[in-house]
Amino acid sequence: MSLSTAIENSDLPSRRHEDWRWTDLRGLIRTVPPVSPVFFDVIKSSGPFEGQANAELIIANGRQNWWPGKDAETVEFFEHDAPDNPYDRASLPMAAIAADHAIEPRASIIQFNGDDAASVRFVSATDGTSHHARLGVVVKAGVSAVLLESHEGRGDRYLANTLIEIFLEEGAKLERIVLADDAAEAVAVTTAIVKVAAGATFNQTVLTGGARRQRIETHVAHPGAHAQVRLDGIYLLNAQRHADQTTVVTHGGVDGVTTQLTKGMVADQARGVFQGRIIVAEGADQTDARMGHHALILSDRAEIDAKPELLIFADDVSCAHGNTIGALDEEAVFYARQRGIPELEARAMLTQAFVGEVVERIEHDGAREIAAAWVAKQLGRSEEGGAE
Amino acid sequence: MLSINNLHARVEDKPILKGVTLEVPAGEVHAIMGPNGAGKSTLSYVLSGRGGYEVTEGSASLNGEDLLELEPNERAAKGVFLSFQYPLEIPGVPALTFIRTAVNAQRRARGEDEIAAPAFLKLAKEKAASLKIDFEMLKRGLNVGFSGGEKKRMEIFQMAMLSPKFLILDETDSGLDIDALKIVSEGVNALRSPERGMLVITHYQRLLDYIKPDRVHVLAAGRIVASGGPELALQLEAEGYDKYVGAAA
Repeated sequence: MSLSTAIENSDLPSRRHEDWRWTDLRGLIRTVPPVSPVFFDVIKSSGPFEGQANAELIIANGRQNWWPGKDAETVEFFEHDAPDNPYDRASLPMAAIAADHAIEPRASIIQFNGDDAASVRFVSATDGTSHHARLGVVVKAGVSAVLLESHEGRGDRYLANTLIEIFLEEGAKLERIVLADDAAEAVAVTTAIVKVAAGATFNQTVLTGGARRQRIETHVAHPGAHAQVRLDGIYLLNAQRHADQTTVVTHGGVDGVTTQLTKGMVADQARGVFQGRIIVAEGADQTDARMGHHALILSDRAEIDAKPELLIFADDVSCAHGNTIGALDEEAVFYARQRGIPELEARAMLTQAFVGEVVERIEHDGAREIAAAWVAKQLGRSEEGGAE
Repeated sequence: MLSINNLHARVEDKPILKGVTLEVPAGEVHAIMGPNGAGKSTLSYVLSGRGGYEVTEGSASLNGEDLLELEPNERAAKGVFLSFQYPLEIPGVPALTFIRTAVNAQRRARGEDEIAAPAFLKLAKEKAASLKIDFEMLKRGLNVGFSGGEKKRMEIFQMAMLSPKFLILDETDSGLDIDALKIVSEGVNALRSPERGMLVITHYQRLLDYIKPDRVHVLAAGRIVASGGPELALQLEAEGYDKYVGAAA
């Protein structure tokens, strides 16, 4: 399909899709907005991971328009003819739309040839328009890479749809940190399709403050074969923000490890969605998979929808999931207040501590500090532990 | 200093305090003793402002300032410190971070400048050493995995760091062995001063061997039914609370 083919409202997933029942786009978007304009000014600003990577790719309003990085030998950027859309509209509707309607006719590729970090910034600097982008990430065999990915809302009411296809060759390692700072009225969907080879390690941490509707979806094809996958997330939502973290991990072979820990907080009228599915295919014995989702609801009008699923078709596996949703410990809040800490600050401090466990699992030092600072800022606290 | 007058309080519909009147002048340590269910812990919670307690009558003030109108953190900033019978564990918040947050919050509330990190650390090291607290422990989540004695020492450490005007010690001796009791008591005694008042709530006389009170009050069925000098505590230890329970009912 070409860009000229209009996207219809009926192309968007609705609550009739079981996997989209809590993140209905069709009911929200009556008319798909027009294509976003070109935006050049983004090079004047820096992203949240500034200084952490030598190489930087910016995709603004769906267009890959600048890569000011030093283009080291370890990280290579290039364009590639986009392959035909392999995605099924029924199971991966937004990925299929991105593949069909990406603004750039050729896909951007980041290839790690040696150990390094790269940042990729998806900037939405537009109002009331839509853009679709497609990015490929390749980590060559045995290479250890870090992908620092930011989604930066500089406008509002945009529809941003991003497809990222990640290939980890044998023995490769990738740590992907996603920091999603979308605008309050934006609709943003990011779908990552991750293919992991034998002995490879894929570690991911998603940090999000949500949007009008936002979904960050990750599909991992896990070969078993001593490969390791970690999928973590933090969502901190207030006002009427919505964030959906959906993951699907398919263990296709023996001897694979998956660990997942997502923690979140919803206040006001916000809504957090966690859908985690781990599939252990027939014969994928010795799979070790653990999933945890734990969330705090700080208001009567906030909502969390959680659906942890383990679908196990093999016999000899170790799989577990835990899912808890509750309020802050009021005893602890009183204890902090008795020491002189005002109520809001006490609640923010305890929430920060609650999600801190996920931050601590980030391996990249710089990204971990940025994540900790983002959590503090999102909760209205300074990094030093005092109020701002 | 602390002035409590005809204080009545209830939890849900159950009256617990039924007219407590008590004056603790600056520089004095008063002990409140009493049988289980007398309202000892309720008194400490009402003074510190915990939710769930409704004051139906009476007043409580510190240096003439009405405490009951203030939020718990405002009371803390005015100088009220409650040492908890069961200190909370706060995973993910290192003890030092927690205490520095509290110190700075109190300073801000009083219109003072925040304490600088080097000054704070120096003070923390001094106070930790005097309470035989391993400084490394202060970098771990507050009270997480600490023994009962360590938690109580951490309460005293916070007291020393916050330097409150008025201390309420709620059953500080519970769960302590004799060595821990000595360390904790020494820590409390180090805070005795002519400007500071203390209310020591305890079920047993044992604590008062180490923290010598100026006055002892017996709380039974929500009222103070007897007051006297330190000898009253010894008498209670010998005779038990029976006659007061009967008298109050």
